[in-house]
Amino acid sequence: MTENYTALYEQHKKAGASFTDFGGWQMPLKYESELAEHHAVRNAAGLFDLSHMGEVWVTGPDAAAFLDYALVGKLSAIAVGKAKYSLICNADGGIIDDLISYRRPSTEEGADKYLVVPNAGNAKVVAAALLDRASGFDVTVEDVSAETSLIAVQGPNAEAILLTLVPADQHALVTELKYYAAVEVGLTFDGGTQDLLLARTGYTGEDGFEIYVPNVDAPGLWEALLEAGDGHGLIPAGLAARDSLRLEAGMPLYGNELSRHVNAYAAGLGPVVSLAKEGDFVGRDALTAIKAAGVGSTIGQKLVGLKGTGRRAARGHYSVLKNGSLIGEVTSGQPSPTLGYPVAMAYVDVEHSEPGTIVEVDLRGKAEPFEVVQLPFYKRQK
Amino acid sequence: MSKVVAELKYSAEHEWVSADGSGPVGIGISAVAADALGDIVYVDLPEVGSTVTAGETCGEVESTKSVSDLYSPVTGEVTEINDAVVSDPALINNDPYGAGWLFKVAATEEGPLMSAEEYAATNGGEL
Repeated sequence: MTENYTALYEQHKKAGASFTDFGGWQMPLKYESELAEHHAVRNAAGLFDLSHMGEVWVTGPDAAAFLDYALVGKLSAIAVGKAKYSLICNADGGIIDDLISYRRPSTEEGADKYLVVPNAGNAKVVAAALLDRASGFDVTVEDVSAETSLIAVQGPNAEAILLTLVPADQHALVTELKYYAAVEVGLTFDGGTQDLLLARTGYTGEDGFEIYVPNVDAPGLWEALLEAGDGHGLIPAGLAARDSLRLEAGMPLYGNELSRHVNAYAAGLGPVVSLAKEGDFVGRDALTAIKAAGVGSTIGQKLVGLKGTGRRAARGHYSVLKNGSLIGEVTSGQPSPTLGYPVAMAYVDVEHSEPGTIVEVDLRGKAEPFEVVQLPFYKRQK
Repeated sequence: MSKVVAELKYSAEHEWVSADGSGPVGIGISAVAADALGDIVYVDLPEVGSTVTAGETCGEVESTKSVSDLYSPVTGEVTEINDAVVSDPALINNDPYGAGWLFKVAATEEGPLMSAEEYAATNGGEL
């Protein structure tokens, strides 16, 4: 497998990052301390390179109807300027990827335009699946992942930092931008101002923004944001912090909580599936049957949060037990930097999924008690 | 690059041993291991008075990202443990060869140990 490098690789190297492979990309794992990076995002701000994420444009007269067919959500129902979290599933209901779709204003009369953002390792698979499902629809599917970078500023100081790069007459576009919405806004860096797509989205449980930028401009924007964040507590943050932040926020990670062998109802993502929407969609029959059978509520397994009562953390693939019998498996787990106790997500048999239930996790041969808790573990004060 | 201290000896499992020839030996983990683990948040040490055996696990070191067994580089009785690292495991990251030491053993036998040069050469450390 060839390694991919983002347009910001040199910036990361210069900042002393240690790297890790993620979805075929060499990504910064951490710069100095992943704990410091985690706390910076919770208390001030962190700067993330997310250029490994995919970007696929879906445009044309049938774009809305096409996405209603290709994804499980009702993408035609979202307003221009808004974003929606959804899943792309196989016919058997297994999850190919979770993704965010942004509805953008179309320049073409009678046409619609969406930006679909899959995970790094799935970008090609998702683009191929979309292309495959596009036959019969008047749409164009264009994978621009290779030339697009994505930079995120996350944390309570994210807005203040971003505003320093935005012309004063456009500040309201940013300050009034709602969560899960996006806007084209002018950003000043490298001696010029250019309009870039700015989304108020994230994967940290904090307020924050994600900025889509052509590769060639990514280093300039990165440096400008770092400089703008000076005095606001902004530091670059790697994938280690991103993972601990999203886990505390109860957000699933594809490959851990989600896979082709998992369905939306077991994953707690039932509300993301719109069985009520008109027309067929890929996975409808299977998901209808899965829901009717009560998977994730009365039978099968369900994704839950686990809170450790000791200091040792549960990790991915550890066994979950009840009275010594296997009842599930941990998908993600680590000590929570914000909360100070071990947290984990796990699939457990539904009869043991009630919050308050005490289960055990096999921590390398020793069963330690964990309590089933409601997700998320952490919710920011608004 | 992670620091390797010249005066110490090292095991393949990244423990260091300090021995001046008299009294119990000090044991800790190398900066190479501490850096690879990431921020250490929990450490489980053998009990004072217990016997540890060279090459066998005697505790664990847990970071935000991973967990790693602690192998004793020597055989003998544990005479002292560093209570400070139990309450503040970050000491291991900040000062792995100093304030981040782990435990002391009245060693009767050493496992296979490397010189600082050998350890640095095989593990990418800097003397």
